[in-house]
Amino acid sequence: MEFESRWVGPGRAFDVLKYLKEEGYNVLADLFGVDYSKLGREPRFEVVYRLACLNPDTGLEDKPRVEVHCATAEEPELRSVASLWPAADWLEREVWDMFGIRFVDRPEIKRILLYEAFSGHPLRKDYPIAKRQPLIGPPAGEAENNPSFNSQRPALKYE
Amino acid sequence: MRTQKTYMLNMGPAHPAMHGVVRLILELEGERIVSTDVEIGYLHRAFEKHAESETWNNVVPWTDRLNYVSPLINNSGYCLAVEKLAGITIPERGQYLRVIASELSRVTDHLTCVGASAMELGSFTVFLYLVKAREYLYQLIDSLTGARVTTSYTRVGGVKADMPADFPAGCLAAFKKVREALAESDKLLTRNRIFMDRMEGTGAITQADALAYGITGPFLRSTGIPYDVRRAHPYLVYDRLDFEVPVGAKGDNFDRYLVRLAEMEQSLRLVEQCFKKIPDGAHSLEPSEMKDAFEFQDAGKQGETALLSKYRAKVDQTLQGAGRESFGAVKAAERSAVLPPKEETYGNIEGLMNHFELIMWSWGIKIPAGEGYCAVEGGNGELGFHVVSSGEDRPYRVRCRPPCFFIMAALPKLLNGSYVADVIPTFGSVNMIAGELDR
Repeated sequence: MEFESRWVGPGRAFDVLKYLKEEGYNVLADLFGVDYSKLGREPRFEVVYRLACLNPDTGLEDKPRVEVHCATAEEPELRSVASLWPAADWLEREVWDMFGIRFVDRPEIKRILLYEAFSGHPLRKDYPIAKRQPLIGPPAGEAENNPSFNSQRPALKYE
Repeated sequence: MRTQKTYMLNMGPAHPAMHGVVRLILELEGERIVSTDVEIGYLHRAFEKHAESETWNNVVPWTDRLNYVSPLINNSGYCLAVEKLAGITIPERGQYLRVIASELSRVTDHLTCVGASAMELGSFTVFLYLVKAREYLYQLIDSLTGARVTTSYTRVGGVKADMPADFPAGCLAAFKKVREALAESDKLLTRNRIFMDRMEGTGAITQADALAYGITGPFLRSTGIPYDVRRAHPYLVYDRLDFEVPVGAKGDNFDRYLVRLAEMEQSLRLVEQCFKKIPDGAHSLEPSEMKDAFEFQDAGKQGETALLSKYRAKVDQTLQGAGRESFGAVKAAERSAVLPPKEETYGNIEGLMNHFELIMWSWGIKIPAGEGYCAVEGGNGELGFHVVSSGEDRPYRVRCRPPCFFIMAALPKLLNGSYVADVIPTFGSVNMIAGELDR
């Protein structure tokens, strides 16, 4: 699959995406985040938008896809693109859920795959994979690494 | 003055008429749906987080659990993305095998979808016919991969093993029965007044809405847009095969049913073409040349290595004992990424070292740093994997683009304004697979 990659700053992301939408990119094929903090990048996050220009008559794509990479910190907040492509609504909720990256200019943002009482954003690199959550953690007084509550192998600790 | 009152109806998370764990909160005015709230995430298993802590090959079994009715497509999709990043091209026979596996899986996916939605509309017979047909295919998949559902058939750089010698004949025999079941279901459903009344005109979506929501797969094709990843961005050997992309016209439940029915026939055709075109590989061994695996191992342990090269281990072909000759035909010749055949691992020190270097923690396959995206046509649409590598032996980030996530996001659009009874056929034709939706 052929595509071009472009890198933009968080302030310009919305304008670039709006421009691309007007250029005929009618499908938001994907929107997701990556946390580059372990590789020492600054700002730590990157939000990737994948756009396609789909011709409804032929079922083929008229232009190569575009992958817009937007490096961002938690703040400043990115502008939501749900007004351009409604598909962005849930995808932005997922990015907020997993990375804690905020989007502004949209109705409300709440978790999508996890529950409201969940604390933290699990796809961040500093979220420990064996962390227990309050609702499903060990009973009070028991150690967090008690084997009956934590079946994760020690091999998961790489660092 | 009479005021209209609405009330809330909670469907799910475990509702008998809805396959998959999902909660719909419907606001009703009488029986008419005013607004819909969809709550997902009940089957969230942290696939993407887990993938970051495993080696590249160890992620393959988890891709089985994404869309668990067509696991072979997920296996191929993930491995294609990793191979694209690593710059590995797998041999032609391996590519054909992946196509065969994917298309069998697509048929099982559509059979399940059509059968289950028919059952929810009261036609239990069709469900039994189609699930029986699916069973024939599951048995074939079992003989090919060693498992019915949790297949884990692909490896980075190829497939697990070549197909058994009698596999093509078995497929052709099973396809006959599958086609019979499809014809019977077609007769029972397609002109059935009750079925049509429930399906026609319900859950309709326009082309513009489908595109705006990023919907792909049979759902998009039912609106008349012939977008198919196999056609738009051919991968593996799809550009050499002849198949049609069936489309609907109205984008309603009935069109989606017809599209799925037509696609199954195309998938069966694709597999038949593959058997004609697949380059030959030595996939069958004469029993006289083989020794039992334990004899083979014992001989090695006792130092009788001189004779080892003359024999091959008699292990089930799906357990990677398919023989050294066939191995080259289905896996890339890339020692830094592809596991050696079991005979090499047990039979000589080079194979053993090769095996361990790929299996040990923090050794394994080292994919060059970078990122890549590859999409395949899944049962529900474009199934994409975006992989980011930091040059280590495990993924830095794996993003799975689940096709039914986009359809589920559009569910309020499909349901609002219709009746509660329409939820069942609409939700059935969405074919939500919670394993893929919630990851």
